[in-house]
Amino acid sequence: MSDLVTVEGLEIGYARRRRIVPAVRGVDLTIAPGETVALVGESGSGKTTIGTALLGLLPAAARITAGTLTVDGVDVTRASERALRALRGAVVGLVPQDPMVGLNPTMRIGAQVAGPVRLRGVRGPQVDVEVVEFLEQAGVDDPVLRARQYPHQLSGGLRQRVLIAIALAGRPRLIVADEPTSALDVTVQRRILDHLEGLVRGSGTSLLIITHDLAVAADRSDRVVVLAGGRVVERGTPRDILVSPAQDYTRRLIAAAPGLAHGGRIVPRHAAAPASGEPVLQLVGAGRRYALPRGHGSGTLTALEDLSLELRPGRTHALVGESGSGKTTALRLALGLERPDTGRVLLDGTDVTGLGWRQTRPLRRQVQLVHQNPFASLDPRFTVGQSVTEPLVSFGIGDRRSRTARARELLEQVALPASYLDRLPAELSGGQRQRVAIARALAPAPRTVLLDEPVSALDVSVQKQILALLVQLQEQLGLSYLFVSHDLAVVAQIAHTVSVLRRGRLVEEGPVATVFGAPREDYTRELIAAIPGRRAESRV
Amino acid sequence: MTGSALTRYLAGRVAQAVGVLWAAFTVTFVVLYLLPSDPVALQLGAAGIETDKLTPEQLAQVEAQYGLDQPVLAQYWHYLTGALHGDFGTSFAQGLPVSQLIGERVGTTLTLSLVAGALSLVAGTTLAWLAAYVRWRPLRLFLSRLPSVGASFPQFFIALLLIQLLSFSLAWLPATGDRGWQTLVMPALTIALLTGSMLAQVLMRSFDDTLQQPYITTARATGLSRAAVQLTHAFRNAALPAMTILGVLVAQTVTSAIVVETVFTRDGVGRLAQQAVLAQDVPVVLGVVTLAAAVFVAVNLVVDLLYPLLDPRIVHTPKVSRS
Amino acid sequence: MTLSLTREDTALALEPPDDEPGGRRAALAARLRTLARRPGFLLASLFLLFVLVSAFVPQLFSGYDPYATAPKDRLLPPSLTHPFGTDDIGRDLWSRMLTGSGLTIRATLVALLIAVVVGLVLGVVSGFFMGLTDSVIMRFADVLLAVPGLLLALAIVTALGFGTIPVAVAVGVGIVPGFARTTRAEVLRVRTLPYVEAARTGGASWLRILVRHVLPNSWGPVAVLAVLDTGVAIIAIASLSFLGFGAAPPAAEWGSLIAGGRNFMITAPWVSLLPGLFVAATVLALNHVSKTLQEPAR
Repeated sequence: MSDLVTVEGLEIGYARRRRIVPAVRGVDLTIAPGETVALVGESGSGKTTIGTALLGLLPAAARITAGTLTVDGVDVTRASERALRALRGAVVGLVPQDPMVGLNPTMRIGAQVAGPVRLRGVRGPQVDVEVVEFLEQAGVDDPVLRARQYPHQLSGGLRQRVLIAIALAGRPRLIVADEPTSALDVTVQRRILDHLEGLVRGSGTSLLIITHDLAVAADRSDRVVVLAGGRVVERGTPRDILVSPAQDYTRRLIAAAPGLAHGGRIVPRHAAAPASGEPVLQLVGAGRRYALPRGHGSGTLTALEDLSLELRPGRTHALVGESGSGKTTALRLALGLERPDTGRVLLDGTDVTGLGWRQTRPLRRQVQLVHQNPFASLDPRFTVGQSVTEPLVSFGIGDRRSRTARARELLEQVALPASYLDRLPAELSGGQRQRVAIARALAPAPRTVLLDEPVSALDVSVQKQILALLVQLQEQLGLSYLFVSHDLAVVAQIAHTVSVLRRGRLVEEGPVATVFGAPREDYTRELIAAIPGRRAESRV
Repeated sequence: MTGSALTRYLAGRVAQAVGVLWAAFTVTFVVLYLLPSDPVALQLGAAGIETDKLTPEQLAQVEAQYGLDQPVLAQYWHYLTGALHGDFGTSFAQGLPVSQLIGERVGTTLTLSLVAGALSLVAGTTLAWLAAYVRWRPLRLFLSRLPSVGASFPQFFIALLLIQLLSFSLAWLPATGDRGWQTLVMPALTIALLTGSMLAQVLMRSFDDTLQQPYITTARATGLSRAAVQLTHAFRNAALPAMTILGVLVAQTVTSAIVVETVFTRDGVGRLAQQAVLAQDVPVVLGVVTLAAAVFVAVNLVVDLLYPLLDPRIVHTPKVSRS
Repeated sequence: MTLSLTREDTALALEPPDDEPGGRRAALAARLRTLARRPGFLLASLFLLFVLVSAFVPQLFSGYDPYATAPKDRLLPPSLTHPFGTDDIGRDLWSRMLTGSGLTIRATLVALLIAVVVGLVLGVVSGFFMGLTDSVIMRFADVLLAVPGLLLALAIVTALGFGTIPVAVAVGVGIVPGFARTTRAEVLRVRTLPYVEAARTGGASWLRILVRHVLPNSWGPVAVLAVLDTGVAIIAIASLSFLGFGAAPPAAEWGSLIAGGRNFMITAPWVSLLPGLFVAATVLALNHVSKTLQEPAR
């Protein structure tokens, strides 16, 4: 049987300032009918460019400079817009990246699914029948009701299913799924990927999964193609890739993927050990409610309810949960950015709940924060040196000379060259920025650092480096970390103890080794089961 | 949103509009009656009475005749209650009720505004649509720069240029007057050039943003043509933000009428305003400004009330259920 | 086009003296270089510079007395000796135009000063302190916005009397609310950004956050609006002067010059049209500059 997609020597570049910056360099790829192929790579690997090229939807700045890309016998690199339109939807369907923005906000769900149905020439009442059918196929509950609703009335998971229904509605022979679930919570992610896989298997439809997550790729595909810097680094069956990777790059990727490094099992870094020392930070029965905007039904939203936790010196306590679990709220309470409605916050044994910002300022010096997004947490106009020394200036520590010396010392601690002092954030990569943010948090010599998803915006290989840096700093400086994350595999790599949160309530807590090794609650088990990489392990 | 919530929303908006209008009237009153160093002389001057030539007795008599001897607060109350009944007092310069002066001229201005509005709507939308659709870069760039050029020309200059061209050189149209459709062409063009440019600028920016949204890619990936995607998916989402400047456009049309009616000698509310300011005829200025504010507030109110019908996100409360 | 630098550019940033933020200086230099490469932007800037200089020292560019009449030279068409021709009593229009720049540009600067100072203060106070202060200021801005700009100006001119300064004040007041709103929106945007929160947890006082983080980062769009509003102010001031509310007759303003030529449109159209074109060119140049400055922000 001939291949549905044949890519040969494909080179694509982006025109920037009268130069062409290559994004894809000489990629070969085939997809046979009914086959599931995964394209894996970190950001900048060219994986999304290849995906959009398959649909003939490259952005205006992109240029195909060499090679061919044949889909169902049509050479996409040369085809007319009319020929491409015949391919889109009918031969190749797309499930886009982010379900929150992938649907037209002012159009009913039904109308959006009906678009591709009509393009197939279906008319009259049959359109509605098919719309409901496709929604059902995509696993949307109560499709008749959903068809009448608007996207904002649906949850992220449901929107992703609607996007799948739209892709299915053209009855394509290949579905391109571009990071189809990375914006969703892990448990939802897993259910949707299972569903998509079930739809494709046995129906003769091909699937191209584009992902940054080697574990997801290995779990779901027949063949894995690893991309780096626009080139194919390695290809093979998931088994070949995981068990005997030929290339260093792949090995590094596997080592960095928390779920794969230990064959899909979570292996905590720290064994369960009794805590020592007086807690540096305590929440006692802390709760926080938010008033909802008027007209939104019941008056308040309970973001956090009756949470207690203790952070011991030199230890890392993790708060784990999906979005809306209250983990970020807990962190903001601990930091004093918000006040709890109920319960208390204690720093070093001192109750700071009712105290104003000014009164607690000396204590605040002991607690610093590292933000989730290193691209937004540095003032774009501040040089690295200015950012790092700002807390020193604010707290009135040292003079100009000693601050500069301290800045050099801090950069050394986070493994950045001293020459970076004069750089602007725009000149740094994501990992480098996060190092600067860590250096800034360390500047006033705090005892406790609060980490808000500090690696979730970074590529896996960079994630690993930052986590290693955090562990090393903890050992050197005796720091305590409160670590907020949605990623259990990351938590296992750094935390001693953990609290699992769900919808503002504590589900389970204890040493990481205990909670992840022998979870008591169903929800914790579900979270652990949803970590990608486990199936690949069993398939090996 | 439940029925009562919708009612609350509507009632709130109407109350807000009334409040703004009242405040605008008050601010204008304060400017006109409290800012001048000698408001009595200013107003009597408009009536052709030179206060420094009068004896104190005569002055007091004239003041009483025009109600200027009252305390300012009493005058304010008088004007406010009058305005609520459509009575804006009497013009000092012309001796006629302000409402009558405005009423006689409002038709001319309304016709001009409607024609100009329709013109700018068609031209502005078409231009923005084309600029978003055309893919050849030089033409695209040219089209996208047009509105900012159009908005740069002072209207009195455009008006004079049109007169020079269409009346004096080509003799196609009469240069002035307000009788017949021929006299309507140049004034409407002058206004529409500015308001159309403003509309096109907002729409273009809006189209730019909208066409980069991921849902456009979703729609195109189903095989819809670019034109179809732009029509069914992009247009509505792009037009929504543009609706919010509708009030500004109407206000611009009204103020444009001042210059345009003066240049083309059309007897409308705009020219009335210009003559009233020249004569420092305070009641007429107050009346015209209040009328313009009322139009602006009313248009914004209508936009506010229509918006929920066009943007489902406003009416339906976000009710996120977990899948 | 963002502030991101290529590798070659960053190399420059590596060897500045110790105490100077070299990265920022290099970024500024790179920004200026890219701007300098745009001929349209250069041309517009040069023209604006010319307008500004000629407004304050008109005699640099013209040898004629703008008030000297010469009855036998009336309504001469543009020529080498009179680039804009002459008016109905033989005065050189080019030098009257430049003298007019003096009044009109000064009026524009006064209007802009009012708008920027008052608008900026109101916007920053409103955006930074929020709460009741914010509501009061913004409701007031709503009210001022409800009275169309030129009409509010007319009311103020009616009250204050005619002349260059009343017109400038009237136009300036009309621009304030829009300016305050934009400033407030920017301040609100910046103050919720993670780096402001980071500075806050880093112990910075609100004042320091305002001065070091919020103001410098909100300045961009506000400056662009200021340039754009300069064009709006020029048109408004010229329009009011055209309608006859500006300086009294022998003095020249752009608007009154153009209005004065209307009576000779059939025989001598240049008397109105050339000064009009000059005004249009100035506003166009301002719009172009503001548009070019806006691009990196996108």
